[in-house]
Amino acid sequence: MNNARRTPRHVRAKLLLLALAGYFLVPVWWLIVASTKNAEGLFAGTGTLWFNGFHLFDNLTDLFTYNNGEYLRWLGNSVLYAFAGGIGCTVVSVLAGYGFAKFHFRGRNLVFAMVLGSVMVPLTALVIPTFVLMSNVGLIDTVWAVILPSLLSPFAVYLMRVYAGASIPDELLDAARIDGAGEFRTFWRVALPLMRPGVITVMLLSIVSTWNNFFLPLTVLSSSKLYPLTVGIGLWEQLASGNNGGGQSLWNLIVVGSLVSIIPLIIAFLTLQKYWQGGLAVGSLK
Amino acid sequence: MAVQTTTNAASPVTGEAATPRASARRHGIGWLFILPFLVVFLAFLVAPLAYAGYLSLWTKGLATGTTFAGLDNYTRAFHDPSFRKGLWFVLRFSLVVIPLQVLVALVAALLLDEITGRLARFARLTIFLPYAIPAVLGALMWGFLYSPSFGPIEQISSFLNVQAPFLLSRGNVFYGLLNVVTWQWSGYYMIIIYAALKGIDSSIYEAARIDGASGRQIALRVKVPLVRSALVLILVFSLIGTLQFFVEPQILRPIANGTITPDFTPNIYAYEMAFNYAQFNYASAISFALGFVVFAAVAVFMFATRKRGSLFT
Repeated sequence: MNNARRTPRHVRAKLLLLALAGYFLVPVWWLIVASTKNAEGLFAGTGTLWFNGFHLFDNLTDLFTYNNGEYLRWLGNSVLYAFAGGIGCTVVSVLAGYGFAKFHFRGRNLVFAMVLGSVMVPLTALVIPTFVLMSNVGLIDTVWAVILPSLLSPFAVYLMRVYAGASIPDELLDAARIDGAGEFRTFWRVALPLMRPGVITVMLLSIVSTWNNFFLPLTVLSSSKLYPLTVGIGLWEQLASGNNGGGQSLWNLIVVGSLVSIIPLIIAFLTLQKYWQGGLAVGSLK
Repeated sequence: MAVQTTTNAASPVTGEAATPRASARRHGIGWLFILPFLVVFLAFLVAPLAYAGYLSLWTKGLATGTTFAGLDNYTRAFHDPSFRKGLWFVLRFSLVVIPLQVLVALVAALLLDEITGRLARFARLTIFLPYAIPAVLGALMWGFLYSPSFGPIEQISSFLNVQAPFLLSRGNVFYGLLNVVTWQWSGYYMIIIYAALKGIDSSIYEAARIDGASGRQIALRVKVPLVRSALVLILVFSLIGTLQFFVEPQILRPIANGTITPDFTPNIYAYEMAFNYAQFNYASAISFALGFVVFAAVAVFMFATRKRGSLFT
């Protein structure tokens, strides 16, 4: 290779990349540092981005015990909503994507056109009417009010249709059918293993979007014991900025609570890297 | 559920030794696979959409009860200075934030496609990291960093002996939010472009290099056109996301000293109308009108980029 000409360009490219990485890391670095500070250190005018005493474990104890441990409750709720909503959404979307990709039933193109069109509908525009509809059937302020609407993801269906179309050869399905396997057995034994990277991608994306959701749970939940972390921390923020923390500085809890709540997703993304990066490729290549 | 058609000629299934009737029955099973999704789709998209449309045609007064209003709510919305102000803000905001996000994502993806090794792996994960962080927390962290009393901006400014800009003040809030949104979403868009770049057969680059193209020329003239459909996809995503802007301004409201008003964006305004003023009919009309603006904006955009090959062809 013509190294002489390429090296300087790469140095510049690497510096630019390092600068970008630095920018994206700053708030997270701040969060880690701030989690180790006590209330005084957090608001001291010096060295926001550097350590000042080490109170991480005190902060964690406070976090998990404040107000009868409501943080742990919210954490549990978030896990429940993310897994029930995310896995449910994945099941529904994978089945539909496979159905659209591999069966030529009548009306397929019409229904799929509607699904594609609905990708353009802003989902938050549906939150208020969803609230009114669910309050008519008494679902408001229950876990179902968060989980059921999370099952809907037209984009996941689109992604799975493209993925199923690209990764499952028709001949393989036909071979399974000739061997006498029923349609659902063929799906389970032949198609699903081939779709695994796509399935993991869709599952991660839908778990993330449920875990990160704020607008929907904020609207449909009124008792704080059902809150997920996002809404709970939002509540703490309101109390803290109104100085209603009951003498305790809630800002420390908000900081350390934020740190704890982003750890599970970061671990999930790191461990499943190979799968979701491959899965996203197919969705955007079509 | 099986669709009983004997003359289903439009069923080109390769290598299938079955009668057309059996083939049609088999394909009818497709309905069973999409059935769970259809139920969710009807219950949580079609029904709320239709219901919002219905609600928006009525009006509820304390003395008059619920009366049919026709399009009055829409006339009111499009004449309402609050709604217009919010709409104008999100339109202006998307005109700046979308090109910015796409530029950051594209540059990062092109750099990552060029460089391999530990730095590249580290940078890829770091840039993507904000996507795994809830927008609520992203906004909170930046809120802290913006703080005029103890944030790093203040510290750097006092070190340089200049007045620190408060990024949530009336004049600066646009830029403050611009930074939060760019930070939050660019990494996700970067991964989509990066994945598309990895899918390109690299022998094309070899050919371009033999023809004398420089690295920059290959990036701009070969790579960018080849990931055009990924670019269209992320443009649509960020357009939809930005027009329904809600979480970040809502979270920064308590610490912005009144800069972020209850009519800051149409979505915040609709939320206020519904839950603080119990005007569900008017809120539905705002939601519906916003949904219509988003839909129209995306449709115009899709039409403009249609010839170049896109998501919906």
